[in-house]
Amino acid sequence: MLNRGRNIEKGRVITRRMFILAAAKILLFAGISSRLYNLQISDREKYKILSDKNRIREWKTPPQRGIIVDNFNKELASNDRVFQLHLILDEINDFDVTIFKIKNLIELDQFQIKKLYKKKERLKPWDTLVVSDNLTWEQFSKINLYLHELEGAKPVLSTSRFYPYANDLVHIVGYVGDASPKDLEKPEIKENFVPGLKVGKYGIENSQEKMLIGNYGIKRYEVNASGKRISQIDYIKERQGNKVNLTIDIEIQKYAQELLKAKAGSICAMDIYTGEVVAMASSPTYDPNKFTHGINQKDWQEIRNNPLKPLINKSIAGLYSPGSTFKPLVALAALEYGILDPNKTIRCKGHKHPYELYGVKYHCWKKEGHGYMKLRNAIKQSCDIYFYEMARLLGVDKLSIIAKRYGLGSNVLGDLYNDEKNGLVPDTKWKRRALEQSWYLGETVINGIGQGYIQTTPLQLCLMTAQIANGGYKIKPHIIKDDFINYKGVINKIKLDQSNFPLHERNYLDDINVEYYQRMYHKKSNINFVLDAMFGSTNEQYGTSYRSRYDDPKYQFAGKTGTSQVRRITDLDRELDLDTEQIEYKKRDHALYVAFAPYKNPRYAISVIIEHGGSGSKVAAPLASKLIKRIIDRHKLREQFNNGNTSLA
Amino acid sequence: MLRERIQASNYSFLDKLRSIDYLLILLIIAIGSISVFAIYSTEGGKFSFYTKNHIIRLSVFFSLFFVLSFVRVSTWYKNAYLFYIVGLILLITVLFFGISASGATRWINLYFLNLQPSELMKIAVIICFARYYHRIQSSDIQSYKFLIQPIFLLIIPCYLVIQQPDLGTSILIAGSGIAIIWLAGLNIKYFVYSGLLLLVSLPFAISILKPYQKSRILTFFNPDRDPLGAGYQIIQSKIAIGSGGFFGKGYLKGTQSYLEFLPEKHTDFIFTLFSEEFGFLGSIILLFLYVLLIYRIINVGLVSRSFFAKLYCFGFATAIFLYVFVNIAMVLGMLPIVGAPLPIMSYGGSSLLSIMLGLSIVMSCKIYNQEQISVY
Repeated sequence: MLNRGRNIEKGRVITRRMFILAAAKILLFAGISSRLYNLQISDREKYKILSDKNRIREWKTPPQRGIIVDNFNKELASNDRVFQLHLILDEINDFDVTIFKIKNLIELDQFQIKKLYKKKERLKPWDTLVVSDNLTWEQFSKINLYLHELEGAKPVLSTSRFYPYANDLVHIVGYVGDASPKDLEKPEIKENFVPGLKVGKYGIENSQEKMLIGNYGIKRYEVNASGKRISQIDYIKERQGNKVNLTIDIEIQKYAQELLKAKAGSICAMDIYTGEVVAMASSPTYDPNKFTHGINQKDWQEIRNNPLKPLINKSIAGLYSPGSTFKPLVALAALEYGILDPNKTIRCKGHKHPYELYGVKYHCWKKEGHGYMKLRNAIKQSCDIYFYEMARLLGVDKLSIIAKRYGLGSNVLGDLYNDEKNGLVPDTKWKRRALEQSWYLGETVINGIGQGYIQTTPLQLCLMTAQIANGGYKIKPHIIKDDFINYKGVINKIKLDQSNFPLHERNYLDDINVEYYQRMYHKKSNINFVLDAMFGSTNEQYGTSYRSRYDDPKYQFAGKTGTSQVRRITDLDRELDLDTEQIEYKKRDHALYVAFAPYKNPRYAISVIIEHGGSGSKVAAPLASKLIKRIIDRHKLREQFNNGNTSLA
Repeated sequence: MLRERIQASNYSFLDKLRSIDYLLILLIIAIGSISVFAIYSTEGGKFSFYTKNHIIRLSVFFSLFFVLSFVRVSTWYKNAYLFYIVGLILLITVLFFGISASGATRWINLYFLNLQPSELMKIAVIICFARYYHRIQSSDIQSYKFLIQPIFLLIIPCYLVIQQPDLGTSILIAGSGIAIIWLAGLNIKYFVYSGLLLLVSLPFAISILKPYQKSRILTFFNPDRDPLGAGYQIIQSKIAIGSGGFFGKGYLKGTQSYLEFLPEKHTDFIFTLFSEEFGFLGSIILLFLYVLLIYRIINVGLVSRSFFAKLYCFGFATAIFLYVFVNIAMVLGMLPIVGAPLPIMSYGGSSLLSIMLGLSIVMSCKIYNQEQISVY
């Protein structure tokens, strides 16, 4: 009985203990359930995102760069098909072996291999390594032939920047290259960058990056734990960059570049009403296509060490004394301020009796002298003596106001080119501020013939000429087609203004700032006087560019030569009177020429500068003459095209 | 002893069939079927190696379970110590002749099966302890003399299993043993004191752990310590379960598992896969099936007459609970990753074998529930 009682007691204990355990089990299971609730219901979104992050990987696909076209929609910068070799890193077992095999196939040198290894280190294990972004067709077909032996190798047909007019446009369009850390700081590049994407390095390519770069695409793949792509989930297509339409006429540009062949210098041509830059050539030049895939050391050294400095865009970054091409503006200033009667006669007596001021002698370029000169003749024959005297009477400050108003001394194309120079139009204030010296009258005198402190770019001279030629109206020079300008309206407005107010006088002579397409002159007759004198300079006997003239009124143009000294001319030089060829290249004069055409109903202005070319009349004017003919021949085409007849494209 | 068994021989086969717990069998079949689907999913919806093997094992072991269910409970009682000794011998065999995988030596090659004796030991300890406490008078239970023996019986296999090394199984063996000691009625103060002792000695215990075990425990407290190494499993498992949401991603659509982010998805992390594909709803249902299973086992214990059967059933129910709890808590990031399979669900012969064996003893308790077993 005792046993039995004990047994009952033991059974009770066991059962009681079991129930205590069961209660604990229920509690613990409740704990698990609440944890499940937390994970799967409360925090579901968080884990859903984490799971997607796990399984979905994005690859950015590079966009095609926007194309750049000329006035006639001809492609100046296009996207060409290229053959590339990519390596999919996560498909490669032994990177060294693969690289060795590739090296034998496409002949990589030690330097390139080192670069590849460095590149690889920066990539993630599932990334793609671009071994070569520009294979020849032979290399490409070789790779394809041995593809089965090359782990992870992927021959790719891709596009890259191509400049069909290579050398002819590099100074305008610029070139592209790999993005530098500094490039990546720019917001438009930072936002749209994909590894391997080329970005603009200079010129339009650089300044219009926002337009050209486009938007990258996104390919979303589902990947497994080891990063292998399983399936494509999503593909947001990349968007090609916008087209940039230039005002350049590639035919004229090409011709201008051809005229400059084997010379150092610049040719600019501009529509005098619309301000469209038709051509802007700089010589010597180089091939932008070489930069697309990284220029090799040899080519780079060749460009860099060329004494004629091809890297400098001479049209906007080359600074020259304008020389005699400045004279029409000096004459205009003197007339506008009423300093001088155009009929005033001054005698040029040649080198034996130079112009003298406080004991300093100023010579005319013509040894034997011009004799008695009036203003028109002085411009026509470019008599220095007359301009010395006129500048003295005018004073440098008044001259600088007019010079600045007509476009000298300030940037012409805005922020399109980061290397564009402002040039310099000196005045007394400037000298005191910059050099902390007072102005000397002698400096005024040589300023009158465009020498001394004054510095201009070829494009500024072209603009100056254009704004005189259009009757004294301020225009807005530009190289990218401006959709907001109604060109036809602008031209009509200016022409109407010209004919309706022939004697209009303006009372803001001292005001430099004039609105676009507004008059800048004080007296219409002054402008006409200068234009007529320039006509004489080209089309009348004894005119400095008489030999380059056209008699056909269709092509007939008016211009002004210039020969700008690069050093002081000594008495010895005058005695020797050497020919250009006999002087050391670096010491030769720059040859300049500015012109507008046609003389009747003018439309285009042009400036030509040949560095160390000698005299403007012998070297620069003939080039201008040839180009003017080409421009006028193409004018009708341009006009038709720009007025909406785009069928010519 | 022979005399006691005579009573049982009165059962006809029909009686035996009638007294089978069919709900328990149904639950086993239900969880077994779910496990087949889950393992099929781990293979990305292809009927290949694991699925095939699992089905074969399930059917073989289920048959074994069914046959062994008719073994008399007194036979189990009689051979309880033998069972334990065989288990111990196998564990020692592993020590010398075991085959290794991923740094652990846990298996004996039996050609048709790589047997993991530590899994069998889980059952052996329960049955051994059930017999031990079956005999002991309730008045003797508190005495040290009778407490020392089971503690030794527990420490030996636990030590052998830790040496393999297999911390998880060792803890589960210890847990089942301790559960029976608890059920037998040992004074609560012993549990409180040893609990405190364990807490105090924990830093010391951790210091003698293997480096990978240490890192697992440290990682448990902060999974982001090493997200691609030791913490990877916990993080990926939580992501999989959490992203399943209420209804789950759908069968065969668990991205975490078929894209191979989940480690050991057909063994220890099978619940993760199931939970990712069937969501909160599926997980709760599966959990409920386990609760039912445990309930049915406890129920068998309640209707059994002998202390042996009671102790065994309650102990085994607690063991099943521990396996389920440790496994799920582990994949939910509530416990360190210690390597504990989910009963029936996880792929693995030895674990399935031991569970089926254990269940067959439960069933035999049910069939012969009126059988008296002498305490002498």
